[in-house]
Amino acid sequence: MDLENQTRIKDLTEKYGNENFIVVIGGAEAEASGLTAETVSTGDPTFAGPLSGVSLGLKAYHVFELKEQVDPDVYEEQISMMEMVLEVDEIIKEVKTYRK
Amino acid sequence: MLKGKKVAILGDRDGIPGPAIEECIKSAGADVVFSTTECFV
Repeated sequence: MDLENQTRIKDLTEKYGNENFIVVIGGAEAEASGLTAETVSTGDPTFAGPLSGVSLGLKAYHVFELKEQVDPDVYEEQISMMEMVLEVDEIIKEVKTYRK
Repeated sequence: MLKGKKVAILGDRDGIPGPAIEECIKSAGADVVFSTTECFV
């Protein structure tokens, strides 16, 4: 996860807390999506950025998981094409791991 | 679940970019407080 974005997420968590603030990711594959989810939840596993050893406890969702809550027309227009080409189940399974 | 939540969006240039996620999240009634598109190259 981009180091600059780690700083932004850290600052936003300080501002909003981790109850009412979530992260939504759009990663193309499971491993990178999981890495992002892990970084905002328990800290940067690569120990490269400002979230190294910092457990924000944020919940991260991949946008695929939120399909039911999004306006169907908007989802169709913005997401459905990528939903057809990416490994949706694999990505969701990996991202979910970090919300337990 | 999304309604009324503050949301940070981390899009992916090779996956779903930030602006596309933003449209979705707004339609679900959440408040987007940060949106970006990462590039893993």
